[in-house]
Amino acid sequence: MRSWPRGARELSIWLLPVLGFVAFPDYLVLGSQIWIAGLFALSLDLCLGYAGIISLGHASFFGVGAYTAGLLAVHGWHEPLSALCAASLAAALVGLVTSFLVVDRQGLTRLMVTLGIGFSLYEAANRASSVTGGTDGLSSLELSPLLGVFRFELSGKTAYGYAAVVAVLSFLLVRRVASSPFGLVLLGLRENDARMPALGVPVRRRLIAAYTLAAALAGVAGALSAQTTGFVGLESLGFERSASVLIMLVLGGAGRLYGGFLGSAVFLCLRQLLSERSPAFWQFWLGALVVALAFASRGGLLGGLDALRLALRARGAARAGGPA
Amino acid sequence: MSFLGVAFDGIAYGSLLFLISVGLSITLGLMNFVNLAHGAFAMFGGYCSVWLTQAWGLPFLATLPCVCLAGAGVGALAERLLYRRLYRASHLDQVLFSIGLTFMAVAAATYFWGPTQQRVELPELLRGQVRVLGLELGAYRAFLIALVLLISGGLTALIELTRFGAQLRAAVDNAAVSAGLGIPVQRVFCLAFALGSALAALGGALAVELLGLEPGFAFEYLVYFLLVVSVGGAGSVRGTALAAIALGLCDVAGKYYVPEIGSFIIYALMIVLLTAFPAGLLGRRA
Repeated sequence: MRSWPRGARELSIWLLPVLGFVAFPDYLVLGSQIWIAGLFALSLDLCLGYAGIISLGHASFFGVGAYTAGLLAVHGWHEPLSALCAASLAAALVGLVTSFLVVDRQGLTRLMVTLGIGFSLYEAANRASSVTGGTDGLSSLELSPLLGVFRFELSGKTAYGYAAVVAVLSFLLVRRVASSPFGLVLLGLRENDARMPALGVPVRRRLIAAYTLAAALAGVAGALSAQTTGFVGLESLGFERSASVLIMLVLGGAGRLYGGFLGSAVFLCLRQLLSERSPAFWQFWLGALVVALAFASRGGLLGGLDALRLALRARGAARAGGPA
Repeated sequence: MSFLGVAFDGIAYGSLLFLISVGLSITLGLMNFVNLAHGAFAMFGGYCSVWLTQAWGLPFLATLPCVCLAGAGVGALAERLLYRRLYRASHLDQVLFSIGLTFMAVAAATYFWGPTQQRVELPELLRGQVRVLGLELGAYRAFLIALVLLISGGLTALIELTRFGAQLRAAVDNAAVSAGLGIPVQRVFCLAFALGSALAALGGALAVELLGLEPGFAFEYLVYFLLVVSVGGAGSVRGTALAAIALGLCDVAGKYYVPEIGSFIIYALMIVLLTAFPAGLLGRRA
């Protein structure tokens, strides 16, 4: 009996991309951006919301995935799905190697190491311009039709479908992982990293696995971005991208898996609306939103309002009661 | 350029980094606050100086004290209104808050001054070269090094010899016990933050000539400041100075001798150093 609502819920996960496709046919490019950014935020959620690792360099893996897909396409490998897998593997490899630097550190040092990894990869891509195209990036990437049937055309229909299906499949995968014993261990680590070793959990290995998996997913997102836009640039590795994915995730809500998708939808739609006036206008309000988020997450905005109301009331009472 | 010339430029650059970063080191060491908006305070100082010279016709050197005062004022205000509420928050909240603040600062700078590079007019005295011991040295860089030495001396005296310095050191070591002994920790925090902001703003004004000034400054150089602090050891003034000079030398030498790898050397060095010394070179906490 309980299987039906669950089935409906499962169906709705698949209906969402269809809904986006039917309801906003003129905004398919924005739509695929949302799915890709959502997938990217999902990968960070595994890292941050589950394993509790704050990363300021998550774009490293997005960028590695994007450049892998881009380089494959430039050098004559036009099949998209295999390139997607290769990109994911490359990002996972970079994730695995760098995870050793990250998981052994705590607090500020860990934060700085993730930042350092991000900046060094950016600088490496910038300097190796004979391979990566430097500041010009890799443009007009050619892809063969998806599954041999769907051509990537200008309207972006194939790109949207491709991005949405890969994002939903990844979501289902991550949800499965998150509800496994492995996922529970990660949650336990986030909540109390002193108790988990006492329970006999090999903490270091679990964190490395989570970080690597997050990197692999970020690589998929990067490859999707490269393939659907036909372009890879240095900004795919940049600090701004690492910062914005963090913002999207926290905006939607970390540790819930779907938070990243919600956050990326809100973030990118707001950007579309606000940057029409001017990019600086959007940047300002984005900043204000993020500051508000930081305060709200500890009851800040509402708590601040309450405190203000209490203070005003106390003042009013003092004025009414006391002879001054 | 001779080896000594490179070393001189590196030390000048390092002095500038020290001046800007020392405030961040105090914020991180004292309040354990990850303040990614520190670059925005430096940028504020730079724009302040540019504005005073352009709109009010003040000479560059006369703007420096004004910039210090403005930086201290803005720092104290921000500490009282915003930062204080997040001292006990998680690092994630602090990171988000300060990134948001930086975004706002960058947008405001773009709105008021546009995205182009700003310049300041240096006085005749600071242009060109000076001869010291047979070496041709850039006058502005020599001035910078001398000024930073002077300020470091003052800062050391302030921290080592004055009552405020003793309170600050006590609060860094253990805020709870210091508060119990009657040290007004909140006020010490606020003053330290204002002092750090003033130095960052001064550094930002002095950086216009060396590093340039555009709205991206706040993010572009932030990583350098963070690097100096985390490598030097948060809360340690000597460590910050050591790391700043080392970083300045490495960066200038790297860009001069092996330009093809550019800043990569710095970031790689940082990862290596942080792996070897997780608490920084002269960090207090192991």
